[in-house]
Amino acid sequence: MSEQPMRPATPMLQQIAEHHSLLQRFMGVSKEWKGFVFLLLAGFGLANLAIAYVVVDGRLDGHWYDIRDLGNAVAGLRGWMQDEGFHPAVPYVTTALLGALGILSVVGGWLLIGSWVERRVLAKFQIRQGPNRTGPFGLLQPIADAVKLMQKEVVIPRAADHFLYYAPPVIIFIPALLGWGPVPWAERMSFLDLNVGVLYTIAISSLGVLGVFLAGWSSNNHYSLLGAMRTVAMMVSYEIPISIALLAVVLLTGSMQLSTIVAWQANYNAWLILLLPFAAFTFLFASTAEINRTPNDIGEAESEIVAGFYTEYSGMKAGLFMGVELGNAILVGAMMSTFFLGGYTLFGLETWIPGYLILTTKIGLVYFLFVWLRGTLPRFRLDQLMGYAWKFLIPLSIAQVMLVAIEASIFARWDVPAIFPLVAFALVNLGLTVEMVRRWARALGYAPEIMAQQPVMATTIGGLKAAQKMRGG
Amino acid sequence: MESPGIILAFFALSGLTATSALLVLVARNLMHALVFLVVSFLGMAGLFLTLSADFIAVAQILIYAGSISVLMVFAVMLTPLASRNNGSTLYVIPALLAAGGLSNIIGFIAIDTDWDERKGEVLAQSDFTTTVAGIGDLLLGKYILAFEVASVLLLFALLGAIVLVQERRRAGEEA
Repeated sequence: MSEQPMRPATPMLQQIAEHHSLLQRFMGVSKEWKGFVFLLLAGFGLANLAIAYVVVDGRLDGHWYDIRDLGNAVAGLRGWMQDEGFHPAVPYVTTALLGALGILSVVGGWLLIGSWVERRVLAKFQIRQGPNRTGPFGLLQPIADAVKLMQKEVVIPRAADHFLYYAPPVIIFIPALLGWGPVPWAERMSFLDLNVGVLYTIAISSLGVLGVFLAGWSSNNHYSLLGAMRTVAMMVSYEIPISIALLAVVLLTGSMQLSTIVAWQANYNAWLILLLPFAAFTFLFASTAEINRTPNDIGEAESEIVAGFYTEYSGMKAGLFMGVELGNAILVGAMMSTFFLGGYTLFGLETWIPGYLILTTKIGLVYFLFVWLRGTLPRFRLDQLMGYAWKFLIPLSIAQVMLVAIEASIFARWDVPAIFPLVAFALVNLGLTVEMVRRWARALGYAPEIMAQQPVMATTIGGLKAAQKMRGG
Repeated sequence: MESPGIILAFFALSGLTATSALLVLVARNLMHALVFLVVSFLGMAGLFLTLSADFIAVAQILIYAGSISVLMVFAVMLTPLASRNNGSTLYVIPALLAAGGLSNIIGFIAIDTDWDERKGEVLAQSDFTTTVAGIGDLLLGKYILAFEVASVLLLFALLGAIVLVQERRRAGEEA
């Protein structure tokens, strides 16, 4: 009897059991395909070697055809225009338009594929297929959705405030685009390399609050107003932890310029997430509240208040609100990468491959984390969220800023190789963070160390482990 | 103030600021007035930007357009009949008189002050680095007293808010 394989109990589990992993599927394919893949990999390697030869040779540096930094091409264009003797306004306006076009294409391109990515990845978390009917792999689904939204009837409530009803979908889109200004994509590739980049980021993110509130208020609907009040309360509360977390970053790096912060991390080969783990966590968590993403999307909790502040918006107006959520998610990913994950640098790799590709990869990883959170965590209640900001994040962030201030002054005065103080800071910060969180949670009446070791529900009904067991893994 | 771009920006931004400030007075709906006020704040931030005062511009957006406006939103929400007629009041006459006097004073000072204006060669030579470091040095050096007083005031406001909304336990109840 023991030889007999275990039979999956339900059709769904059967499906999972028959679902082979990527490696198993690859081992099953024919020899010709394997040869093709080998050729592809070999070609990729050879192309990389060729690029490496040219880069080491140094014949690329700073020319317009140096695609590792698109800023070079723009600078080349500007230099050519100045040589030709155009009016000084012409190169200025041209380069500004080019940069704006770049930002628009990033955000617009993401709107085209973002919702597909989110739904597909989320479907994988929930062991289902996701959109797969429209085009190959369902890739055309966002376009179909957009067309559907555009041809829907636009219903405007009679009691709505007509002057303010039309503005919010536009108002809320402005910060989502403006926020991309100071993000450095490569060494010379930053649209708006402000000296006050960090402050600019915080200021721009605070502009979205008004759009959300106006949307809720002008709809003249109780659900909308409730959602708007919740969202505004949440955004106002979570702006403070974000500001304090970024203050720690500014204190340590000594600059508010985003490119300088990235350069600092590249110079010391130290990502700030290692030095300031609590600030990184605060920034990530508070950002999800700031952009209304699960687990902090209580403002549009569809199980309670329909769609929150945009309940009364139909057609493409609602589509704009959803698009802003997608755009904001990768904006926060870019900020997170820039502040805490080394930005466009990757321990020297940025001299070989374009920095914007590295930054894009990091944005993708942070975005994957967001989708993961959405697939895993339940929605927080409003009082839990507010209590978490005011009683937990803000006091501990302030304590951390004090600590970082001491560390920054030590770092500036201590004349030893930077590796020693940085490693010491990383260890001290990590230890103190864990200890502070533990003690603070105790003081608030939680016991973080007495947690269920395994999720009870998941083990009872099967879940991933049971599926793996059935696969014979 | 020589290139046409900056002149154009000045007139566009000041027109925006002044017009929306006027509309704040004219709008009979408090929420509309609030929106115009925010637009006026943003125009002002743009004016600061044209003066190379990047820190003040960003602070203007952060504090006025971002935070004060939300504070006012909540104040308006607590006001009954916020979206009805709010125009007719007799206080408009003394208010106009006070505003006129104030604008006279500010205008007189602006004209009377000897601005350190730089043009042409001098402007090109002068080194416009960031204003943040200078402001920080002044705040923690020369004007430390004002800075500390402001922080103590804000701390008391925070504590006061906590005390005001604290749940009061009745006497004899277990803590």
